[in-house]
Amino acid sequence: MTIQSLDPRITRAGIPSEDSRPLEPKEDLDQFETWEVFHQQKRGDFSEHVGSLHAPNAELALVMAKEQYARRFKCVGIWVVRTADILTLNTEDEDIFATNAEKKYRDAGGYRVGNRVSAFKQQQAQAKSEGAA
Amino acid sequence: MYGNLSIVDTPAGQQAADDPELLAAFEARIDRGEKIEPHDWMPAEYRRQLIRMIEQHAHSEIIGALPEGTWITRAPGFKRKMALMAKVQDEVGHAQLLYSAAETLGKPREAMIDDLLSGKSKYSNVFNYPALTWADTAVIAWLIDAGAIINQHTNAKGSYGPYCRALARICIEESFHLKYGYDNVVTLATGTPTQRAMLQEALNRWWGPIMHFHGPPDKVSQHTEKLVRWKVKMATNDAMRQEFLDTYVPKIWELGLTVPDPNLRKNEETGEWEFSDPDWDEFKRVINGDGPCNAERLAVRRMAEEQGRWVRQALRKPNHAYVAPLS
Repeated sequence: MTIQSLDPRITRAGIPSEDSRPLEPKEDLDQFETWEVFHQQKRGDFSEHVGSLHAPNAELALVMAKEQYARRFKCVGIWVVRTADILTLNTEDEDIFATNAEKKYRDAGGYRVGNRVSAFKQQQAQAKSEGAA
Repeated sequence: MYGNLSIVDTPAGQQAADDPELLAAFEARIDRGEKIEPHDWMPAEYRRQLIRMIEQHAHSEIIGALPEGTWITRAPGFKRKMALMAKVQDEVGHAQLLYSAAETLGKPREAMIDDLLSGKSKYSNVFNYPALTWADTAVIAWLIDAGAIINQHTNAKGSYGPYCRALARICIEESFHLKYGYDNVVTLATGTPTQRAMLQEALNRWWGPIMHFHGPPDKVSQHTEKLVRWKVKMATNDAMRQEFLDTYVPKIWELGLTVPDPNLRKNEETGEWEFSDPDWDEFKRVINGDGPCNAERLAVRRMAEEQGRWVRQALRKPNHAYVAPLS
């Protein structure tokens, strides 16, 4: 007896309706390596990370990336890179960024000159008027 | 597509108690509205529940492609065929996104597929029912996807970063599914008497599974409270069902269709929808394997895995090493 389906393709496949064969567990890497995908939505944009996928090699990773992450909407470019080749910071080391907000000397906002220029101009004007008197 | 997975659970094993300091920091992060990322410390139970939930969501997408895929060869017209192929491809794509998200929690994809085929992991119960006619595909695409969108929008506000990111992508595509399904339903509803009758019959067949979709009524338990606090479970089954009824029953009625439940009405005083209790015994029976299509769904998946094995083996290289997806 084979499976009789509403889908004629499945009926034609002749799948046994009672399958007593034991399931063979998948071997490691049956689903291949993982890749990280970056896409550029329009020229001039940064290429942004959009997700991951599984593929057996770089060429197929690119094909899968196009299908998986760029089958609709605007996209002008895709990059793929093996996940194993990406070096990341440990999340426990997140605190190395904790003092960033304190580094005012690295921010434009850390420099206030307007008031000092106004004060200087006022002082100059005063000195001038005093000299004239 | 997605649904009613909350009842499928295996009891927690004997888990080591979580470090109270790490747990407090973890909970504080969630309370601040921050996301948890794959390499953060997390309670074992949080990890276990998320793997179960995301994995079953992924299985639902991949099995969900089958009932609709049945109709690709017989879609009425070229435009409908293109649209249905796009939708079915989206469902498979959603599975890919979700498997990757679950893998970041430490379960390899191979193990997830093994657990699907062996029946250890479940998938959404609705896909154990057949799409008997073209109208069934229209009802699935409109109303089952509508239920899924409510679920997914809710879960996208959860605490686990990779799942939220996958859901954000998925929700965008689901909005096409919903509109495509509605378009199909409206075409049949405004068509010939035969088309209208076919649509009404499909709605009658699917109403039970639709009412099952968000899972059994809530029972408040310690278990659920923790998952709510950790933003794993974002809304109760009942709340999602109410939202579904509130949005879609008026749209169904507006097309002159009948919902096969004489007790369905909105209680204007409470603002809640009232309805006949769905047959939860049937739900349990079907989810445990005794539905009209359970055997076929898994057999088809198994065939695909087995017949593709030699190709995968041929492409595999001995120097490859598995690394979980980054995020």
